[in-house]
Amino acid sequence: MRYVSRKVVLFIITLWAAITLNFVLPRLMPGSPVDAALGKLASAGVPITNAEKAAIEAQLGAPHTSLFVQYGDYLKNIVTLRFGTSYSFPSETVAQAIGKALPWTVALVGVTTVFAFVIGTLLGVYAGWHRGKLGDSSVTIGATFFGAFPPFWLGLLLLYWLSFKYGWFPIKGGYNPGTIPNWSLSFLGDAVDHSVLPALTLAITALSGWVFGMRNNMINTLGEDFVTFAEANGLRTRTVALLYAARNALLPNVTAFGLSLGAVVGGAVLVEGLFSYPGVGNLLYIAVTNHDFPLMQALFLVITLSMLVTIFIVDLLYVRLDPRVRSTA
Amino acid sequence: MTIITAVPPPEAPGTAAQIPIGAGGAIPGPLRFLGRALRTLWSNGKARTGLIILGLIIFVAVFAPLLAPHSPTATTFTPYRGPNAVNWFGTTGNGQDVFSQIIYGARVSLLVGLVAGGLATLVAVTLGLIAGYRPGPIDEVLGFVTNLALVIPALPLMIILAAYLQGRSVWTIVLVVAFTSWATGARVIRSQASTLRTREFVTSAAFSGERLFRVVFREILPNMTSLVAASFFAAATAAVLAEASLEFLGLGNPATVSWGTILYHAEQQNALLTGQWVMVFAPGLAIVLLMVSFTLINFGVDALSNPRLREK
Repeated sequence: MRYVSRKVVLFIITLWAAITLNFVLPRLMPGSPVDAALGKLASAGVPITNAEKAAIEAQLGAPHTSLFVQYGDYLKNIVTLRFGTSYSFPSETVAQAIGKALPWTVALVGVTTVFAFVIGTLLGVYAGWHRGKLGDSSVTIGATFFGAFPPFWLGLLLLYWLSFKYGWFPIKGGYNPGTIPNWSLSFLGDAVDHSVLPALTLAITALSGWVFGMRNNMINTLGEDFVTFAEANGLRTRTVALLYAARNALLPNVTAFGLSLGAVVGGAVLVEGLFSYPGVGNLLYIAVTNHDFPLMQALFLVITLSMLVTIFIVDLLYVRLDPRVRSTA
Repeated sequence: MTIITAVPPPEAPGTAAQIPIGAGGAIPGPLRFLGRALRTLWSNGKARTGLIILGLIIFVAVFAPLLAPHSPTATTFTPYRGPNAVNWFGTTGNGQDVFSQIIYGARVSLLVGLVAGGLATLVAVTLGLIAGYRPGPIDEVLGFVTNLALVIPALPLMIILAAYLQGRSVWTIVLVVAFTSWATGARVIRSQASTLRTREFVTSAAFSGERLFRVVFREILPNMTSLVAASFFAAATAAVLAEASLEFLGLGNPATVSWGTILYHAEQQNALLTGQWVMVFAPGLAIVLLMVSFTLINFGVDALSNPRLREK
């Protein structure tokens, strides 16, 4: 179990480093993000209480306090989820706004990533097994092309043709305006209907990484002796391809899972903004276009921490998948 | 689309042949190396396609003033026009010619892709080599920083940085992209350098009293050229996408003419709803082509470093 304890320690250090980076960034930047934020709040007509001012200063930098004190306040505010008020949403605290948006993004990115992983890996197995034949080249060329699509551009095109021209899908939002999010079937159906296009956009652009990763792993694995041996034993082609080659080729792809998540999350920022999907990405889009620094900084922290946690979970699952990690590390 | 004269590889064999084998001179060395690398890439079908596309885009970028029918910035046309005989791709809301903007836009995307990709690779090579050749605390610290940079979502970080740095020039974007895209390359190069470190030729160079700098850059680095090239093209691809994304968000300078800003303006003026779909389609397709060309070239580079991936 040394692998697990090592991973836990690394996770904690990484967590601390990410939180600290989030503390350092706004303080390194030219100008004063705090003044900008306070000015914006004032011009939005939001009354600024002393507590709020302190929260914003703890997040973005206080002019006359020592860095140690600021750092302490900053950590305390993270634990108590006090990120100040955002001027994009004057009626809510930053924590409330993010809390409302988070489930939407988790659902969207989660479903998309799993979908892209399964389809992409299968395509990669197919291409690697039929290497050099027509099937392989069509999969490879297709994946190269779609993989180069900027997600926001593909989103724009899908929006134009499937929503605007043909009206198959709703144009904007995550659910029908006027309804209140709840767990009824009709609302869930509506939400799914609204999320088809953003999900499709993200899935198509995320597919290619899996295809190439898996194809290369397959080709490398197919060169191994145990695959040749299995073939020489006269096992059925499908058995060799799936149970001998693909099973072993899958491992490196699982490690890539966490990293590819970053690309999907990045794509989600623009795609959610494009579709006005009520998730974290759309919030970041709004925060950036409004120069809403408190919201922006808190969002970056939440996005980074969610990714770290996911990667950590994948790392732990890896122990179950690869016995070598359990015995040697 | 019949101008293929701009593609470099045909002259490559000549360059290689003029230089006697074994010439240790410092000046012809890189040239000869480049020629050989291009010839090897040219023999790979996918990489050849990539080189042709990249050659065309470079040609368009270099000769933009000759190729563009109009000025990219002059607001002399009727705004919001769809494709027509004068403005092949229509006009912007300010009355600029979109086709000419696409041609000039190639310059910015190429520049950002190549410079940011180059800078990111430089960082990746330096950190990767140091970490791989110097095991111990330095390696541990650099490895940790690299892993941290890998797990922090790049695009959100770029967005935050670009939002704070309101310098609003292409160079801000170049720096932001370079700062956030070096980690993958650094990790690959580090692991390769650490396996090369224990080889005899490196040990003997170190024992014969060569300085650290020379051992790392003259003995180790040449053995991982394909890795360096692969991380360069990967970083360049990411840079092109990142630049377009940041500009689409309005975090670039809206006054520069680039494929990203054309998309930004198209979105701002609801080009799709007014039926100007070419204004959205064309710059996006141009971005896709540039990224595809980098990726295709990288297939050839991959095949160089991994014989199992070579086409039979």
